[in-house]
Amino acid sequence: MTTTTLTAARAGLVSCGTCGLLAQQVSRAAPGHCPRCGARLASRRRGSLETTWALVIAAAICYIPANLLPVLGTTTLGSTAYDTIMGGVVFLYTSGSWPLALIVLIASVMVPLGKLLALVYLLITVQRGSIAGNRERTRLYHLVEFIGRWSMLDVFVDTFTVALVQLSPLMSVQPGAGVVFFAAVVVLTMIAAASFDPRLIWDADTTTEPDVA
Amino acid sequence: MTGSVPTGPSGIDNWPESTGNTETLACPDCDLLQVVPELPPGAKAGCARCGRTLVTQMADPIERPLALSIAALLVLILANTAPLMGLSVVGQQADTTIVGGSWEMWRQGQELTAVVVAFCAVFAPAAYLLCTLAVLLAARRPPAPRWVGELLRWAEAMQPWSMVEVMMLGILVALIKIAELATVEPDVGMYAVGVLMLLIPAIQSSFDPEAIWQRVTWADDGSLPADGAVQAVGTPDPRSAP
Ligand SMILES: [Zn+2]
Ligand SMILES: [Zn+2]
Repeated sequence: MTTTTLTAARAGLVSCGTCGLLAQQVSRAAPGHCPRCGARLASRRRGSLETTWALVIAAAICYIPANLLPVLGTTTLGSTAYDTIMGGVVFLYTSGSWPLALIVLIASVMVPLGKLLALVYLLITVQRGSIAGNRERTRLYHLVEFIGRWSMLDVFVDTFTVALVQLSPLMSVQPGAGVVFFAAVVVLTMIAAASFDPRLIWDADTTTEPDVA
Repeated sequence: MTGSVPTGPSGIDNWPESTGNTETLACPDCDLLQVVPELPPGAKAGCARCGRTLVTQMADPIERPLALSIAALLVLILANTAPLMGLSVVGQQADTTIVGGSWEMWRQGQELTAVVVAFCAVFAPAAYLLCTLAVLLAARRPPAPRWVGELLRWAEAMQPWSMVEVMMLGILVALIKIAELATVEPDVGMYAVGVLMLLIPAIQSSFDPEAIWQRVTWADDGSLPADGAVQAVGTPDPRSAP
């Protein structure tokens, strides 16, 4: 025997986004407020796809100057050398600490790009109404959510390098214009991931499933 | 499920059966309705459709995270006041704190970056710990007042922005980078950040928001007109108790 998968939305119910209470909505258009915590109820996050798309596009635009502009400038006895993020990775590699070079390469270059690609993939598959690999796509979403914060690594490295190496005229380090774009990529992708509603992945799946009860 | 008696709201024939001390929930990831039985302490229940953990029954959801968050607040004060590391090169000396790092970015014209660093390294961890502490203290004696729910919401909003462990790795990378140029020594602040990096996840894994919500006074006290009121489903409603 098979039954249609019964979701809260199909039963006319709403799960509170703040406290998780299951509530009987007043109407589909205006679900009302959660009786337990007082938050405004919504069956799905309002404007989820539009907001996520806008933030992903903004982050993708910031990703370009974040990688092209220097993040650090080192002044030694009057002459200044500028380093981009990749320059910093190369510096760590040539100075012999390749495990650190690899960590910074993953956190600063691969993770932000991977996050953007993953979010675009999730947005497109949801908009096409795909029902394949729902569990895997939900897992991918949580990976994006979990890993996002680690991209802030380079911003912290630059901050503490700048703060400590202020020994002019001998040697001083200044932040470059790329740092703020890099921080913007991390912040924007984190908000983008939080705006996406993983329930949209499952909504297209209206087929019947084997009854597991 | 053939022949089961529908127990759900009107017109739903495959409503999950609920018997005994259970709770009906919708999965936050896939929206599947399911009945979760009362679990023994330490047990978890996962979603039948997507596999997400729905309920974790903590053995000690109040006192344990309370003790950990008091400890974490003390370490946070140390981490923010003691120098992280010191540098010396041909007779010149320098050191820095977390706030000092953010301030130097501001001074060098990177105001926005300075704000992001101060927010993720100082404000968000402090706000997260203070809100969690207040919530746990107030929830010790239920029913907890309504502002507890508001602070719990704040704690959960701050959690992803509190980046102590990322900062710890950032300090280590900076330390190794600078060691190429000058002599650097880790200081008390860095060890404090390291301890904080262990304490915050320990709070998160012993904290149970659902246990707090069950102790909070409901926002809607029943004074709303009946046709505009939202009814709770599948969770005991304290407003209907005599
Ligand atoms: Zn609620
Ligand atoms: Zn689920």
